[in-house]
Amino acid sequence: MQVTMTVNGEEVTRDIEPRLLLVHFVRDHLGLTGTHWGCDTSNCGTCVLWMDGEPVKSCTVLAAMAGGRTIRTVEDLERDGELDPIQQGFMQCHGLQCGFCTPGMLMTARWLLDHDPDPADADIREAISGQFCRCTGYENVVRAIRWAAEHPDGLGSGEAVEPGAADDSAAPGDTASEEVSA
Amino acid sequence: MQTPAPFEYERAGSVDDALALLERHGPEARLVAGGHSLLPMMKLRLARPEVLVDINDLTDLSYLRLDGDAIAIGGMTRHAELLASPVLGEHYAIFHDAERVIADPIVRNRGTIGGSFCQADPSEDLAAVGSALRAEMVVRSTGGDRTIPAREFHTGPYETVLEPAEILTEVRVPIRPGAGSAYEKVERRVGDWPIAAAGAFVTLDGDAVSDVGIGLTALGAPHFCAPDAEDALRGQDVTDENLAAAADAAAEACNPAADQRGPVDYKRHLARELTLRALRRSVARARGEAGGG
Repeated sequence: MQVTMTVNGEEVTRDIEPRLLLVHFVRDHLGLTGTHWGCDTSNCGTCVLWMDGEPVKSCTVLAAMAGGRTIRTVEDLERDGELDPIQQGFMQCHGLQCGFCTPGMLMTARWLLDHDPDPADADIREAISGQFCRCTGYENVVRAIRWAAEHPDGLGSGEAVEPGAADDSAAPGDTASEEVSA
Repeated sequence: MQTPAPFEYERAGSVDDALALLERHGPEARLVAGGHSLLPMMKLRLARPEVLVDINDLTDLSYLRLDGDAIAIGGMTRHAELLASPVLGEHYAIFHDAERVIADPIVRNRGTIGGSFCQADPSEDLAAVGSALRAEMVVRSTGGDRTIPAREFHTGPYETVLEPAEILTEVRVPIRPGAGSAYEKVERRVGDWPIAAAGAFVTLDGDAVSDVGIGLTALGAPHFCAPDAEDALRGQDVTDENLAAAADAAAEACNPAADQRGPVDYKRHLARELTLRALRRSVARARGEAGGG
């Protein structure tokens, strides 16, 4: 069958099998490998992208079901060579180690901040509760999202911030007293 | 890689269109709404429909409104919309209790109330909510509408009374002024299916329970309910003894199976304890007490 949808602002049309999953469509048919393919069971959340403006787990959506809809993937975050503030936050606060979960985290976090520009930590943890990170213990992911909330324009022009220096609380050993619940 | 077996894809533009497609393709056709239960089962080849009829364009089935003495919820209303609805929260906190612990926020963007009931998973949270509240299912075919009580809708694991060419268009929940309700679930980790869960509503007349509903899921309770437990409590005063007796009766109504989530004794213990907590919290909410949450 033929499917047409808008992906990151461009209309694309491809011949597909009806059983093709959206995650494989964007990765294998469009070459947008920023979206990661993880657990296959809608648990891990690394395949999260936006469909019609809402984050969805693309391993559990058929490409056929996305026909006529608007898709936004992690590749669309960066603009004119400048990273989205949420991407900058993950850099500033060491929000990733291996990076496998990062695309899904970024897309969920961008959606959260678009709808709640100043979320409490509990709201951040709730928002990413459908996503696994096996490196960071989530602490730095939460810090990264909070950094982006506090820097809606990112680093901006002229403001030089050394990686890791943006948030002193990100220092190792400072997490013992905090509840880890994500 | 998990990939479904091959199937033919159709997209319905209206309820009539969906019914026509179901009639044309026969019993091996399945409706797909959010797809977050059906597609995983198709990947595991536990479900192998020959035709999928996508009903995500049926946005006219996405609504939640007061309709006479009931709350009418369209079959395509998504979990996230149920959780965000102040109307639902005002009348039945049980819905919001349950929705907060159904899967995760991303999955809740896709999953629908109609899909949850029609998939008929024996651990479905909303099935317990529907049974507790004695909701009604409005089902449409080319022959017209029929209404089925929630407690008669499920006939077994993954089985309902739906005919192959029927679609669940609306879930109706009777409004009970002054009712308090609650849902209590124990799960292995955030977003998982329940090890066990219980939901309840109560209405009070002074200190007496004038009406009560109890729903149970993942516990093998027939039709997700415990009518003997309700009969034991209805008309009785709200006392620790009476609530405990109802919880005992609810545990008796269960027939849990041992699995990787726990042994039978543990699940029966949970059935009793979670029913008790749901009843206590329902009473507190009916009384407007802060502790009701």
